Amino acid sequence: MSDQGSFYQRDRGWHPPAYTPQYKTSVLRSPQHALLSLGNTLSEMTGPVFGHDKLGPLDNDLIRNYARTGDPIGQRIIVHGRVLDENARPVPGALLEFWQANAGGRYRHRREGYIAAIDPNFGGCGRAITDHEGRYEFRTIKPGAYPWPNGVNDWRPAHIHFSVFGQAFAQRLITQMYFEGDPMIWQCPIVSTIPDRAAIEQLIAALDRSGTLPMDALAYKFDIVLRGRRSTLFENRMEGN
Amino acid sequence: MAQSLDQLKESPSQTAGPYVHIGTNPNWVEITGVWEADLGLVLVGPETRGERIIIKGRVIDGAGAPLRDALVEIWQADAAGFYNSPQERRGKADPHFVGWGRQPTDGTTGEYRFETIKPGRVPFTDGRPMAPHITIWIVARGINIGLHTRLYFADEEVANAECPVLGRIDNNARRNTLLASRGEENGLPAYTFDIRLQGEGETVFFDI
Repeated sequence: MSDQGSFYQRDRGWHPPAYTPQYKTSVLRSPQHALLSLGNTLSEMTGPVFGHDKLGPLDNDLIRNYARTGDPIGQRIIVHGRVLDENARPVPGALLEFWQANAGGRYRHRREGYIAAIDPNFGGCGRAITDHEGRYEFRTIKPGAYPWPNGVNDWRPAHIHFSVFGQAFAQRLITQMYFEGDPMIWQCPIVSTIPDRAAIEQLIAALDRSGTLPMDALAYKFDIVLRGRRSTLFENRMEGN
Repeated sequence: MAQSLDQLKESPSQTAGPYVHIGTNPNWVEITGVWEADLGLVLVGPETRGERIIIKGRVIDGAGAPLRDALVEIWQADAAGFYNSPQERRGKADPHFVGWGRQPTDGTTGEYRFETIKPGRVPFTDGRPMAPHITIWIVARGINIGLHTRLYFADEEVANAECPVLGRIDNNARRNTLLASRGEENGLPAYTFDIRLQGEGETVFFDI
């Protein structure tokens, strides 16, 4: 029964609101009506499953999965962590998709105009599925910071984007990972859409010297928390719940 | 101080940004050879049961412009109203229908488009049937947290009138923002569902 309960209400004060004028694109893309509180029906408590058979051996190796003539330029890193729910239980079988700029801060994308060089050996995408303990890992190079058209001189801190599927569509989440010690985190109009400093700190990966491979790659630990669900047998499932 | 509840906080959302397709649809943005096919492009195969339909539309901002950099995901029941999910305990869904799809909006027109099947009815929490619907989730640059809405079918008047979710929306004009209008394309029913993020005709979005 414990995996059949509905999900805890999303804490909208912990997430960024829709309208955040310091991030200019949100101004015209933010709904103005209040969200309609629906809660969970079966349509939200179910979700697609992605099997390990969907993944190739290099899907979680961004150093090698686009390499043409050699390895990409940049600081070699391993990113690892767990996907947990709000009850601190591991979420196995979660599909994670990640994407990032190269070491110079340049994305491989036709709409990207930053003057930093494209790296011929770096695509910038990967994916992984968590194991039975909710663990994942991937290897990549540390992305660079880059300027973006918002304020006249706004720069994004180094970051990796994450898309996460849990066990239900209600848990669907896209977020970004930042790097411990980066002062630019606190200057970023996108980071600051998150109102609570403790919530921002939840997105900062810790430098993990014990996970670091000697003479090879630094490691960063990044745990992701998805919504948790009620486990009580006494839940009232009538309308209005 | 009372005892700790030992609960964690959900990781806060951040915008998917302008380059979300690098991670979700790399082949579509010419990052080829990393994996063969982008996930979620094809929902229906020859053995899938149910009525073939097309759903399409645009995601429109507060100035009336379609988003050409958005990503749209859908999640729906099969033709008999079962979800292809381990959390589905009422019965077994059609094994030839996953029920999940994902498409970028077109880089020129801003249109999204899915070929799928008409979903069956799924019970609400109290057992009353909801009208056939498709859950839609939208992310894009400028959207700080993914937006959940539902596509309902305008030609399902009876089911829609009985649907406990649609019944919660008192204002008719607001309710109608969730109805996709029926047309035809290549001999298939084609439902148009434009999603308005802001302003006149703003689509109803849900807190789920």
